Amino acid sequence: MGFETSNDRGAPAAGDEPLQPVKIVISGGFAVGKTTFVGSISEINPLTTEAAMTSASTGVDDTSKVQTKTHTTVAMDFGRISLGGGLVLYLFGTPGQARFQFMWDDLARGAIGAVVLVDTRRLADCFPAVDYFEQLGLPYIVAVNCFDGLQFHEQQAIREALSVPRDVPLVFCDARERTSTKESLIMLVEHALSRAE
Amino acid sequence: MTAGATPDRPDEPPQMRIVRPYALTGGRTRSGASDLPIETLVRTSARGREVGPKLQLEYRTIAEMCEEPLSVAEVSVHLGVPLGVARVLVTDMSEQGLVDVHKGRTDRPNQALLERVLHGIRDL
Ligand SMILES: Nc1nc2c(ncn2[C@@H]2O[C@H](COP(=O)(O)OP(=O)(O)OP(=O)(O)O)[C@@H](O)[C@H]2O)c(=O)[nH]1
Ligand SMILES: [Mg+2]
Repeated sequence: MGFETSNDRGAPAAGDEPLQPVKIVISGGFAVGKTTFVGSISEINPLTTEAAMTSASTGVDDTSKVQTKTHTTVAMDFGRISLGGGLVLYLFGTPGQARFQFMWDDLARGAIGAVVLVDTRRLADCFPAVDYFEQLGLPYIVAVNCFDGLQFHEQQAIREALSVPRDVPLVFCDARERTSTKESLIMLVEHALSRAE
Repeated sequence: MTAGATPDRPDEPPQMRIVRPYALTGGRTRSGASDLPIETLVRTSARGREVGPKLQLEYRTIAEMCEEPLSVAEVSVHLGVPLGVARVLVTDMSEQGLVDVHKGRTDRPNQALLERVLHGIRDL
């Protein structure tokens, strides 16, 4: 006990409770199960917010070959988990396309870390996300979404094929299962803790 | 009808004109607003609760929904506006003492915070 006297007065009034938001980024390729993962543990149905994006067309965008400024919106979904004591964890799914990197930067800033989801049928789709978090130095884990279950020997093969750095935890998960998602999140926070020490 | 209760009245007392029309925020960029992390928690202050009903629509709505703390991201969704607009509105309200904002971290969470998060998730 320090010099806190708040115990004598009981719990602080709801309006006075200090609030602390934290966030975890859920990333990976297209249709890999990000929204499913978030929804499996979120206390709210995953919500989708839109951010406006202004950028000069570079020709990468097939729809606009003209060199002008384009205005598009990027959708991003997220969920919330109240952890008690004013601590609220948000899970943000990254918008898939690499050209939305400005949004990734926004999401990664101050984040605990990232879960990179992998679809076993399209392993390489996770590489841009892995590269991004590696470069940023943000703690991340790789979670292989076992859409239809996996044999042990398949897991070994995937582990080798992914060839992520040895110190990056790799977990096999089911994005639909709350318990599985919870395990992945625990693994990430533990990994972040090991990096914080 | 109490004079000044309608924010749009030109003869309203200055203290009632504490918000700018929503239209002005469209496309407006503001230093400060972009610094507001997306997960920043917004909670209506005592002052916001008091003057809330007199505010112009978007601000009134935010004052009502943030009685229970909500993130800037949630404000954006519930208000049906893009994230950037929600940031500007919340920043305005914060500057006017109508809401309290609890910012997310801009640096990496420290060990103590990570441990709280870990225990919180384990207890789910
Ligand atoms: N069988 C099975 N289907 C899954 C699993 N996870 C996700 N799905 C399905 O795969 C599809 C894509 O999942 P989403 O959660 O929408 O994936 P996403 O990464 O959010 O997709 P985008 O946001 O479009 O990139 C959906 O139809 C899900 O129901 C899983 O573990 N097993
Ligand atoms: Mg999705």
